Amino acid sequence: MSELQLKDLYSGFRDPDTIKALAWAIAAEAKKLKEPLKIMEVCGGHTHTIMKYGLKQLLPSNIDFIHGPGCPVCIMPKERIDHAIALAQIENSILLTLGDMIRVPGSKSSLALERANGCDIRALYSPLDAIKIALENPDKKVIFFAIGFETTTPMTAAVLEQMEKRGIKNLYFHINHVLVPPAVDAIMADGKAKINAFIGPAHVSVISGAKIYLPLPKQYATPVVVSGFEPVDVMQSILMIVKQKNENRCEMEIQYSRSVTLDGNTKAQEMIAKFMKPREHFRWRGIGDIPLSALELREEYAAYDAEKIFADILPTEPIDDHKLCICGTILKGLAKPNDCKVFGTACTPNNPMGSCMVSSEGACNAYYRYGEI
Amino acid sequence: MKQIQLSHGGGGKETNSLIHDLFYRYFGNDILIAAEDAAVLEVKNKIAFTTDSFTVSPIFFNGGNIGKLAIAGTVNDLAMMGAKPLYLSSAFMIEEGFSFDDLETIVKTMAEELKQSGAKIVCGDTKVVPKGAVDQIFINTSGIGEIEKEGISANNLHEGDVIIVSGDVGRHGAAILMEREGLGISGDLQSDCATLWSAVQALIDSNVTISALRDATRGGLSAVLNEWAEQSSVCLEIEEASVPVDEAVQGICELFGFEAFDFANEGTFIIAVPQQHAVLAVQVLQSVDITSKATIIGHVTMKKEGKVILHSLYGSSRYLDLPKGELLPRIC
Amino acid sequence: MCLSIPSKIVEIDEDNIATVDTMGIKRQVSLDLMLDEVDVGDYILIHVGFAMNKIDEEEALQSLEVYQEMLEAMEEDERRQVIEDDDNCDSRVET
Repeated sequence: MSELQLKDLYSGFRDPDTIKALAWAIAAEAKKLKEPLKIMEVCGGHTHTIMKYGLKQLLPSNIDFIHGPGCPVCIMPKERIDHAIALAQIENSILLTLGDMIRVPGSKSSLALERANGCDIRALYSPLDAIKIALENPDKKVIFFAIGFETTTPMTAAVLEQMEKRGIKNLYFHINHVLVPPAVDAIMADGKAKINAFIGPAHVSVISGAKIYLPLPKQYATPVVVSGFEPVDVMQSILMIVKQKNENRCEMEIQYSRSVTLDGNTKAQEMIAKFMKPREHFRWRGIGDIPLSALELREEYAAYDAEKIFADILPTEPIDDHKLCICGTILKGLAKPNDCKVFGTACTPNNPMGSCMVSSEGACNAYYRYGEI
Repeated sequence: MKQIQLSHGGGGKETNSLIHDLFYRYFGNDILIAAEDAAVLEVKNKIAFTTDSFTVSPIFFNGGNIGKLAIAGTVNDLAMMGAKPLYLSSAFMIEEGFSFDDLETIVKTMAEELKQSGAKIVCGDTKVVPKGAVDQIFINTSGIGEIEKEGISANNLHEGDVIIVSGDVGRHGAAILMEREGLGISGDLQSDCATLWSAVQALIDSNVTISALRDATRGGLSAVLNEWAEQSSVCLEIEEASVPVDEAVQGICELFGFEAFDFANEGTFIIAVPQQHAVLAVQVLQSVDITSKATIIGHVTMKKEGKVILHSLYGSSRYLDLPKGELLPRIC
Repeated sequence: MCLSIPSKIVEIDEDNIATVDTMGIKRQVSLDLMLDEVDVGDYILIHVGFAMNKIDEEEALQSLEVYQEMLEAMEEDERRQVIEDDDNCDSRVET
């Protein structure tokens, strides 16, 4: 076996001839399908790969994609975005978050608008920068608005660990980390989306292990294939799903074998468990309350919990989306972005009505950027 | 004289010293040092006139500085109209306390860059403002060029025209992104900032018919292609695989989820020529040092007027839209 | 944000920070979340400034080999199909 080069990890999984070969193999297998395939790709990153590389154009017509809720910014209800804005407006505060949150519209404003109004709001590439900023600004309240699925949660835990080690007292956390399996359960419980297979998120699984999907095939009689992000990965995963259907199998398989194992990164999992626990309720945009689907800081860390410390300024009323915004329906897999009346007209990445258009993992954003011919 | 003081912009003795010791020393030519209220110029034919202000941050970056940009940017705008760059004005707005050595480096770079086109700075202005009123230094340059080839216009593309790019795309934007603090990335990537007149001159001399010519600055390749599609009411069909992108630019795009087609360039242009002139145009460009990597990337059709279609390696196609939002502020 | 990039470790310092290379661009990432021990030359997945895991080189190479076999199988079948189509061509004139 020859030596692996870094560029193989990119070009090898984007090779046009391989994609052609996979499309050809899928076409042959798909002829034998007894019913059309409706695959939900849970993760926004997969939606982007599918759109960017135009994969739908390479597949037979009996295979369709249903876009899932795997976009951590998209699923946040407006009242929680208003939380971020309220925190940013605290005197002598610095609000830190990851890039996508900045332009998401809340009920009346957005972090971008507040920043233009003079609030100290910073987009971090890495959550670790929160430590640096807290140390450099000892007289300010530095608040980290943490978002993300299982992929990004350990990074918040690592920051909490560093904070503890260094005895930093002016750093607070507003935790909005969410979990994939409960969201999938909620969508399947709804029953309307008619999903009969899943493409499981790649990097969530790197952390949590593919074990978190084991219940899905049994519970919903749907195959699950954990897929990498490159177009070859996604095409191979589709081939694996079609083969499962034709062979009457219903299993959890790992396509992304170069990075995903059954158990995942147990060190990261332990670090998360040390600082966070599942919270009883969390309202998901469009889907409503999903019990035990999100995390919060453990009691021992109440002193750093922005939701507790700044509770008096945080709004509590749930706020619904604009009437014309169907983000919620799209997140449940019941509509596509171009079904939306305001898609691309009143709602664009520059003037978003909903977060699905703003976030780099939102379905609406993917459709807008990589619009199909 | 270690730092620029408010007095250097006051119009008195200190201003005079600065002008003579720095600007005249490096930019010196008969018109400039005549030191009149306005430069008196004479041209034979139609002229092109352009202006640009430069607020790039950081002011020194891999592959150039704000001065190089200020000259190349304006000279290139003239070149893109088929005009030989002749005369420039240059206005400086300097923050009090700015390092004299840095100013000298910038001015020296500007003088070097002027040599690439032969253009001269014939008038200027210097303001020094209190701390905080500008961020270190802003420069405005305006330019006059004499038109040598008429008819080049964004409204001029026709079905069948071939689209050629003069080099690899996205380097300036990617290089600036790399220098931005807080991102913690490093690499050898250099901005493509360069004067393009010699390449345009070669094209004019070869009698190639040019439908349209534009340098791909803010908004990158995507912006130019979309502007052309809209203004000429045509469709531009581009082969994704043929657009040259440097590996390091690709690396930055991977890291931050950007597209190389959206990144700014400061020394790369796009040209549309009728089918029968395409091969010659590419040959001419490839024979000039700064455009040696010129290549055909697509052609003009009427498939979907006003839109740009990108054909992938994989047999799929999608629209290439204008980049949105604040991609990178203060890029040029 | 789920975006994670394969990169190669080129240096590791005492604070558990690794310098990684992604197609010529270098950046620093924290190794605090890494389960496995890593060395200079290893390939890792990075996400928002952290290394998430070590890429299994053997699995990667195996995947690439599988793709190569698929390509060959397709080319073989395509060739056979072309010959078949030609044999069954109705519009050929017998001489």
